[in-house]
Amino acid sequence: MDTVFGVSYKGGVVIATDQVNARSILMYQQNLDKIAELSSHSAMGVSGPNCDLVNFSEYISKNLALYELSNDGMKLSTHAQANFCRGELAKALRKGPFQVNVILGGYDENVPNGGSLYIMDYLGSCHKVNYGAQGYASNFTLSIMDRDWEEGMNEEQAVKIVEHCIRELNMRFLLNQSNFIIKVVDKDGVRTVKADSDPSDN
Amino acid sequence: MSYDRAITVFSPDGHLFQVEYAMEAVRRGSTAVGVRGKDCVVLAVERRALAKLQDPRTIRKIVSIDERSVLAFAGLTADARVLINKTRVEAQSYRLTCEDAPSVEYLARYIARTQQKYTQRGGVRPFGIATLLAGFSEEGKPVLYQTDPAGTHSEWKAQVIGGRNAKSLREFLEKNWEEGMEEEKAVRIGVQALLEVVDSGAKNMEICVVRTGGKKEIMKEEDVDAIVKDIEKEAEEGKSKTSSSDE
Repeated sequence: MDTVFGVSYKGGVVIATDQVNARSILMYQQNLDKIAELSSHSAMGVSGPNCDLVNFSEYISKNLALYELSNDGMKLSTHAQANFCRGELAKALRKGPFQVNVILGGYDENVPNGGSLYIMDYLGSCHKVNYGAQGYASNFTLSIMDRDWEEGMNEEQAVKIVEHCIRELNMRFLLNQSNFIIKVVDKDGVRTVKADSDPSDN
Repeated sequence: MSYDRAITVFSPDGHLFQVEYAMEAVRRGSTAVGVRGKDCVVLAVERRALAKLQDPRTIRKIVSIDERSVLAFAGLTADARVLINKTRVEAQSYRLTCEDAPSVEYLARYIARTQQKYTQRGGVRPFGIATLLAGFSEEGKPVLYQTDPAGTHSEWKAQVIGGRNAKSLREFLEKNWEEGMEEEKAVRIGVQALLEVVDSGAKNMEICVVRTGGKKEIMKEEDVDAIVKDIEKEAEEGKSKTSSSDE
């Protein structure tokens, strides 16, 4: 039911998710932040049950921090982080799977376009993509991104595509997901561009 | 199948010789000095003369355990690597379960607990290292902890581990340490203490200052050199003054 999608541009990536936390007929909250910050320059949009979202993203981010401390401050590239994530998903699959589908985006200085986006599912598949979406949202947003995405876009254009997708979902998706959170990962790190509902508001 | 024969056993007069021998291994290691200031902790370690072909950057005696804690050790480098790795994993594990950074005291306790375990288990020998752990407490005050091969940990205002002259260095620190020293003074005391055992020169020592929030800065060689020259100049002036007053 979760909407998770992302767009990469020249200089970074944009990740957007809805903010609904619900099970069966009950809505727990409308201000959940589903984009986990993994390291200083990477973030992961996660779809799936809240328990797995939290468990998986915290497990990954703490292991990334351990790597950095153990290796004299060397950070893992986004490519390496994505492969680490995929490995953990694959390991857990035949023991106790993490029921999460993720879109991982990060910024590296030495990568041609700066930003790179990876789409992974709970079975352990991993692909590097220019844009991607998980869940039902993909039915609505992929065709928009197919049409609008261009090589060498800037942040403003990428966010425009994201907003276009959100408008489409609000119009055509059965579930009413009124609140979305949009985060950008670029050379300055991870920052929230827009949060319709404040996640820290209890 | 596990090892069941203990290596560290009591002697008839109540000594744990393996632990005492481990402390001897610490004494053979290079010196590390820790000095607590008003709002900083200074770690100064001796850099033993390297082989010409060796890259000095790969010898790290001052390491980060966690974003907020810094560790210096004296003794067997390989043992230190193992203990440091265990502690780093423990720090992240603490962050994962408690969603909060572990305090310096918690980490010191963990290191001490681990060192003690290895004195009371079958088939293993104690770690041949003593550590100095520096950081800031929850209240924002600078703290310095020491652990030893026996598995004890304690908080110190200033301490020295490793090296043959640890006792005389400790006396020097006792004489010169003051409460509430500014960073400059604390660094100076650390360097002065090290100069008693180390050949003069910044290339023989590594100085690290830990500031609020656990931010660590390894001082540049030029800056250390300047302090060393200043201390030596003062020592010369002091000597010439006493010799002139003798006349």
